[in-house]
Amino acid sequence: MIPAFIVFAYLAVILYIGIFAWRSGRSTTAAEEYFLAGRSLGPAVFLLSLFGTNMTAFTILGSAGHAFANGVVTFGLMASSSAFVIPLTLFFIGTRLWALGKRHGFITPVQMFRDRWECGHIGTVIFVLQAALLVPYIIIGVMGGGTALHAITGGLIPYAAGGALVAIVVMSYVFFGGMRGTAWVNAFQTVLFLSFGAIALIVIGRSIGGFPETMSTLLGDPATVPLLSRERVSPWFFFSYTFIPLSTIAFPHIAIFCLTAKRLAQFKRTVVFYPLCILAIWLPCVFLGVAANAMVTAPRIEAKLEARQALAAAPASLPAADRAALRRQAAGDDVIPIMLESFAPLWLAGLLGAGIMAAVMASDSQILALSTMFTEDVFTYYGGTSRFGEAVQVQTGRAFVVVLTIVAYVIALRAPQSIFDLAVQFAFSGYAALSPLLVAALFWNRSTKWGALAVAVWVAVSVIYTARVPGALAWFGLLPVVPMTIISCLLMVVVSLMTRAPSAATLRRYGL
Amino acid sequence: MRGETLVGPTARFGWFIAITALYLLHQDIWLWRQPRPLVFGFLPPALAYHGAYCIAVALLMWGLTRSAWPSHLDEREDR
Repeated sequence: MIPAFIVFAYLAVILYIGIFAWRSGRSTTAAEEYFLAGRSLGPAVFLLSLFGTNMTAFTILGSAGHAFANGVVTFGLMASSSAFVIPLTLFFIGTRLWALGKRHGFITPVQMFRDRWECGHIGTVIFVLQAALLVPYIIIGVMGGGTALHAITGGLIPYAAGGALVAIVVMSYVFFGGMRGTAWVNAFQTVLFLSFGAIALIVIGRSIGGFPETMSTLLGDPATVPLLSRERVSPWFFFSYTFIPLSTIAFPHIAIFCLTAKRLAQFKRTVVFYPLCILAIWLPCVFLGVAANAMVTAPRIEAKLEARQALAAAPASLPAADRAALRRQAAGDDVIPIMLESFAPLWLAGLLGAGIMAAVMASDSQILALSTMFTEDVFTYYGGTSRFGEAVQVQTGRAFVVVLTIVAYVIALRAPQSIFDLAVQFAFSGYAALSPLLVAALFWNRSTKWGALAVAVWVAVSVIYTARVPGALAWFGLLPVVPMTIISCLLMVVVSLMTRAPSAATLRRYGL
Repeated sequence: MRGETLVGPTARFGWFIAITALYLLHQDIWLWRQPRPLVFGFLPPALAYHGAYCIAVALLMWGLTRSAWPSHLDEREDR
């Protein structure tokens, strides 16, 4: 029960942080304070929170599980590619978004698109697409909370009650604390993540008598030696993964977060330390995932390895249900909890529980972003704020947070998680393919609203198409995200050149 | 916003080359099939390489913030 107590203490702490942040908020207008923390976040909170916003349950559990099955390739596929692309997009795009937001008072990317391309309803189309791609994350967050609390308490808290508890905690600090509360909680969660990886590596390493022997065991076995290289993965597939992190800056919660910095200089530390934070969190998780293949003294890991061997030797005639059962048994998403259980003290398992909760609760930023988008891009745009005032606008945002959380909870209780896991995967590709919108708006004076509409329609069609047709757009062994993004760029260029550019007055306001 | 950067054309070309080179270095095909030697006795070469790659990116970003920072964006807000 110690891990369960640590997790409950953690939930109480973040609730306190969120509500404390609400009390300390004081600046500018009510809407800017609630949705953007008054554009006043300091350098440490800005860095830690921006990084934490991007961390999900996959960072700790999924990365180790992927490495357990696929080896060291996991780090290059997902970590070092993000370490390269995300800081560069923050440097080139995030800084400009910040400057435009401050100059013109934008709170969401759609507000900028509408102004930059002199459009109204096309902005609404982009809002609908962004919102549709964001909703699966919120549902996954509630599901993850329910599953994690159920597992950590040894089944004492049922899935439905766990999901409800997590949803209520997240809803409370987003409701009261707005962006400031969410940012502080995310910063705290990032500190927890950063501590976890190093501590887990040291404690497990000491317990098993050091890692050199473990890795020599893997090198000596023909079945496991491929896990230490990338011979099972094609270079083209590996290359494709460098496109996925383009999604980060296109995510509304990241783009909106860029507007919260007090000064432009706060991006400096963020872009320099971001790759180092990725290294600090991902390297221990991937390494432990690979090393788990040699830890056969843990019975549950041995069972996984046996299931993997059975799967590899299974005849083609093996029924699909049996094959799926073997796959579930061989899956490595829980190898880190198993290693901690087998080789670490209880308090570290508790810390891991809190880390997992921090990861699955990453949906806070998405809930707030969707609420911000709804109030700014729909409520305010269609006259709500001018009719009812700014106080009502903020209350509408808060009401939206409550409604959205309840809807996500109800869906989480009724739908299977696999659907939303899949939806999130496609959403990554969708957002990466939407990134040309930002580049065109910020750097190309000839871009037009019709080019933006063409990109939005293409992304919607291609996400649905790739989700429904297995292997669709996976040309030359590349992931679909590559053709999706390249075609988005081409559509933006061709359609923009065929249509009328925005007025000279608008371009002057953007310095283009 | 375009055309106001304080970086000259030569430096801009230099940074473009540096960024492109680092992007290409992510595709380390020369280490593709090498599980040995273990770096520091326990790190597979690909993992050590990509760990060092993250540090190289941090250095690149440090260089960019030192000599190609878009400070005109901040100054404009102060005016």
